[in-house]
Amino acid sequence: MTTTTPTVPTGTQRTGATPTRVGRVRRRLNSPVASLVSIVIAVVWTVPTFGLFVSSFRPEDEIKTTGWWTFFTNPQFTLENYQEVLFGRSASSGQLASYFINSLAITIPSVLFPLAFAALAAYALAWMNFRGRDWVYIAIFALQIVPLQMALVPLLRFFSAGVTVAGVQVLPAWDLVDEQKFAQVWFAHTCFALPLAVFLLHNFISQLPGDLMEAARVDGASHPKIFRTIVLPLITPALAAFGIFQFLWVWNDLLVALIFAGGNDETAPLTVRLAEMAGTRGNEWQRLTAGAFVSIVVPLIVFLSLQRYFVRGLLAGSVKG
Amino acid sequence: MAVFARPRQAFVIAGVLGLALSAAACGTGNDKGSSSNADSAECAAYDKYKGHDGKKVSIYSSIRDIEADRLDQSWEQFEECTGIDIDHEGSGEFEAQLPVRVDGGNAPDLAFIPQPGLLKRFADAGKLKPVGADTKAMAEQNYSPDWLKYSTVNGTLYGAPLGSNVKSFVWYSPKMFKEKGWTVPTTWDDLIKLSDTIAASGIKPWCAGIESGDATGWPATDWIEDVLLRTAGPEVYDQWTTHGIPFNDPKVAEALDRAGSILKNEKYVNGGFGGVKSLATTSFQEAGVPITTGKCALHRQASFYANQWPEGTKVGEDGDVFAFYFPAIDPAKGKPVLGGGEFVAAFNDRPEVQAVQTYLASGEYANSRAKIGDWVSANKQLDLANVANPIDKLSVQILQDQSTVFRFDGSDLMPAAVGAGTFWKGMVDWVNGKDTASVLQGIESSWK
Repeated sequence: MTTTTPTVPTGTQRTGATPTRVGRVRRRLNSPVASLVSIVIAVVWTVPTFGLFVSSFRPEDEIKTTGWWTFFTNPQFTLENYQEVLFGRSASSGQLASYFINSLAITIPSVLFPLAFAALAAYALAWMNFRGRDWVYIAIFALQIVPLQMALVPLLRFFSAGVTVAGVQVLPAWDLVDEQKFAQVWFAHTCFALPLAVFLLHNFISQLPGDLMEAARVDGASHPKIFRTIVLPLITPALAAFGIFQFLWVWNDLLVALIFAGGNDETAPLTVRLAEMAGTRGNEWQRLTAGAFVSIVVPLIVFLSLQRYFVRGLLAGSVKG
Repeated sequence: MAVFARPRQAFVIAGVLGLALSAAACGTGNDKGSSSNADSAECAAYDKYKGHDGKKVSIYSSIRDIEADRLDQSWEQFEECTGIDIDHEGSGEFEAQLPVRVDGGNAPDLAFIPQPGLLKRFADAGKLKPVGADTKAMAEQNYSPDWLKYSTVNGTLYGAPLGSNVKSFVWYSPKMFKEKGWTVPTTWDDLIKLSDTIAASGIKPWCAGIESGDATGWPATDWIEDVLLRTAGPEVYDQWTTHGIPFNDPKVAEALDRAGSILKNEKYVNGGFGGVKSLATTSFQEAGVPITTGKCALHRQASFYANQWPEGTKVGEDGDVFAFYFPAIDPAKGKPVLGGGEFVAAFNDRPEVQAVQTYLASGEYANSRAKIGDWVSANKQLDLANVANPIDKLSVQILQDQSTVFRFDGSDLMPAAVGAGTFWKGMVDWVNGKDTASVLQGIESSWK
């Protein structure tokens, strides 16, 4: 976003140059034309969501026969769709309220595990000297290009049959039933998130000033101590940024949940339920309008309340150093 | 993790409590009374499935929502009497998920597979277990060889059919027909004559729609199959679905053109939606709805379309909408009927799994499910009196009719790459104006 060039030699020049460049960009973006364009883009992007939102308050027959814009000429308001998807008791209506809990039970650990592992790994890769460190880092970096679809079947086999090397059972099968299947989903999401998480956090941690670490070490601090008292507080914005990323990804994920959690009401999250809510032949699709908004609520709250960190975390990685 | 008490759980708790109470009552009183409902009279029919108390059988299918509720309800008594816990899971991604689960070593005990092509693939790969002797006897007793041949791979039976649907139906409005003095056609020529009459009255007679998400195109494949069955006969149809004749055989081209004389005729379609091109963008769920508003008169779609009508629409011979049999071109050759259904295939041969598989093939099950409503089966033991819905009744009559020549939906028999791939896409191109020869050539070249 900023136009800072890497060739600027010294800090003084840079601090002098940045405001004018930033200022120029800012001035251009403040022109009426730019405002108009951004408003048009915002409207175009929001209209479908808005239409869906309006639809979710219309009666079934209206949704199926007329467009959402007829709401303004012929307003018919009902909360039946929400009532049905949230609190319907038979399997044929939503019961979303209970799947909500499943979604939270899947998402929260699936965000915390990769964050914890990745922060530790990133610290080790950035500030601990051991042989082959760069190769480990490159390997992790390279793992990002493996599409997770490729890993689905092997991972399923890992859970259901364990690991056998040359006829010797190295790891047993997990044999999980019902609620225990949450563990599979956590495991899968953690695996799939780690490469990117380690990469992002490593970039951030490695740019912390080395003087800090040296000073701490001179004072006799061990690695755990440095990590806890110096690194963790400093990387909070990056942790928050990745946390939001991972939260949104896991919350909206259908594929991993479908395969590792299954479609039973004990473990299936909102997304799995949403995908099936329209009925065997899609004849109840009016429920999707309300269902979509129920599932949007939590990510929206998370995003809006943490977006400060989101922007700061992203920018911090790119302009620091 | 579900917050609300699941009916089954409540049911089990109630059952256990009831058992304990009645056992206590019996202990103190006389010894004549039965100690559990498993011995009651209504459980007598399930005697041969007993001995698996407390076992669990998992079923995976593409059936969800209200139909899944009805499934659960249909085997409730069986569960109660035998103590087998049937755990059904329905998913919209069934066809994609089942291979993943099987390859991942996570296969369900039973799967309701609606595509014989998919069933054959699992059987060839050695993943499916052949049916046990009991199931085989039950299936052969209750289903015609016409049906069983679709779940037989290399001479081995892998499952009995469960539900079925009849696709050779044309939906219409009895009310509208009565008002205008039209009569239900019984031959192909009458059907065309009627279409001309309706077109002359200013209404576009036919409405159709082939949009169906990532399965867009399938309603048109049904059209073609239905017409081919009528123009070329069942033998050619069988050769076509097994690639005994090329996909672009002149007989297939003829059928396609015959279907096109309705589907691609600007005078005939698309009532309530616009021109021929609107076929590709109209969703199959809504395609027939203009019949209820009088903007369209005829809509060829399967019996399951009964669930798609707007709320409050009465389905029946004297109601708002009903269906007639899509007439044969030459009635002397019998009644060709296109249909579909699902097969109960087993990935596991534990005794309790086989017990459930046998039960699902039985007449008791067919009747138990039919009583709950909205269900059709080709099971010979199915009592017509248990089928309440008029369209289901008509379907069962057609399926049980001796002169019926039944054939399974061809696109489900072909390899998935064709039947659920290029055939669908080819139909979209065809509806959008591509000529018959190049569409068929394209599909043929994709069938390796």
